Amino acid sequence: MTANKKGIEIQEVSKTFILEGKSIPALGHIDISIRNGEFVSIVGKSGCGKSTLLRIVSGLENASTGQVLIGDRRVERASVMAGLVFQEPRLFPWLTVAQNIEFGIHGELSRDERWQTVHQYIDLVGLNGFAKAYPRQLSGGMQQRVSIARSLINKPGVLLLDEPFGALDALTRINMQNEVLRIWQSYDATMALVTHDVDEAIFLSDRIFVMSERPGTIDRVIDVDIPRPRERSGARFMEIRREIFTMFFTNSAISIEYYI
Amino acid sequence: MASNETGGAGTPPVRKTISGSDFAAPARKFKNLALSACVPLAIVLLWEYLGRTGQLNRSILPYPSMLGECLRDMLVSGKLQKHLSISAIRVVQGFAIGCAAGLAAGTLCGFSKRWNTLLSSMVGLLRPIPMIAWVPLLILWMGIDERSKVTLIAIGTFWPVLLNTTRGIRHTDKKLLEVGAMFEKNPWQMFSKVIFPGAFPFIFTGVRLGVSNAWSCVVTAEAIAAASGVGYMIMYARELMQPDVLLVGVLTIGVVGLLLEILLLRVERRILSWNDEMSGSGNDGK
Repeated sequence: MTANKKGIEIQEVSKTFILEGKSIPALGHIDISIRNGEFVSIVGKSGCGKSTLLRIVSGLENASTGQVLIGDRRVERASVMAGLVFQEPRLFPWLTVAQNIEFGIHGELSRDERWQTVHQYIDLVGLNGFAKAYPRQLSGGMQQRVSIARSLINKPGVLLLDEPFGALDALTRINMQNEVLRIWQSYDATMALVTHDVDEAIFLSDRIFVMSERPGTIDRVIDVDIPRPRERSGARFMEIRREIFTMFFTNSAISIEYYI
Repeated sequence: MASNETGGAGTPPVRKTISGSDFAAPARKFKNLALSACVPLAIVLLWEYLGRTGQLNRSILPYPSMLGECLRDMLVSGKLQKHLSISAIRVVQGFAIGCAAGLAAGTLCGFSKRWNTLLSSMVGLLRPIPMIAWVPLLILWMGIDERSKVTLIAIGTFWPVLLNTTRGIRHTDKKLLEVGAMFEKNPWQMFSKVIFPGAFPFIFTGVRLGVSNAWSCVVTAEAIAAASGVGYMIMYARELMQPDVLLVGVLTIGVVGLLLEILLLRVERRILSWNDEMSGSGNDGK
């Protein structure tokens, strides 16, 4: 089930919100080029506009200036070109796991094909045996797996992840990170992850884009040159970690060591 | 009056609970049932005792075993069934009209802020009018035939269905709408797969309140202007000084109302088993 993976071009994108007559710049000009099959992360403090950027790439939000290309097609509105996993699983509580995943199917398929496809993706996210369970019967991590399966079912060229593990506990989060990595490797799509978890970004990504505070711009691009599987406490891992933390706290009097 | 139960625009849908509603624990259910039967049973026994010993005036307040005899006579002669079925037909007709109108108007108000604003003043003005105040007007307009009664029932059904449908549709989770947008669902799919199922618990609550309103409206309408039906039966019994028939009629109205409520709660529980709010406390522990 390999996707027809596509690159992402974010060209001169900016976003200004109008709130009570005042214009509030959320994103400065952003230019990012994400290669085919690459895994990138966008990290930044909360409120820096990183989620807004991802929503613009997904088409749920319009850019004030600039444009986004997925492959060679311009993003005009939300579409199945891109899969989007939200921070909350956003499952339909009245549908079972299988029905929730089936909801994602775009286009005509026969009953048998639908059933097969749905079960293929239930397997992919490791939820065998839970096809008939309702969301409220699942843990947060399992719900997020359903959400990932639903986002992948149309084989989108890119998968966008908007702080997908932010609401999970630390152990489940590590588990899910391994899982996403496995899916990325077997499924072979371009993935873009927004997170405020620096470790998560280093563990998963080929490249990390560090955003400044609002209005968000790309401060720095870091190549994560660690071969996979990555050791979370390896020397190079710690070095990159320190580098990113230093950038976050350059203007702050608080000791970096305290956080690291 | 039943119009109290329609729920204001600002209140969450009312979920009435009845005794013995915990289906997950049979033992506890039985205990609850036994407990809830205690008070009525004690009253009946005391009433029977006072009646038999002559401390109550039988020509005004007959005691329970007299009522039992009366009920048996009415069932044998078919009088009760006749009046009940006539009332039931009126309820079904009025409910169907009121419910359909409430769903349509509620959907309109739920989707269109403009329509909601346009109609809100009318709703605010007309909804608090007690059902009994409509009766003279409806008789004047439509005479004392079926139409005035069916219309009254339709009005009674209309309000709770309208308000809860509107609330249900307004309540739609914007986040789930975004999910629909991501998968390029068309407007019809958005309605049938995202908005309507989400609104369904509210709509069902509206329908349930509508049914109980419809039942009390039919009695109101028949008590004032009718030549048949349960409401007519009790008013006529008063004129003929038949307190036993009157009391049997009143109790029948209560029992039918209770049975309708239990039936609808069961249906609701079955259809909406996905909704945590609905499933009993015993269901989630496993």
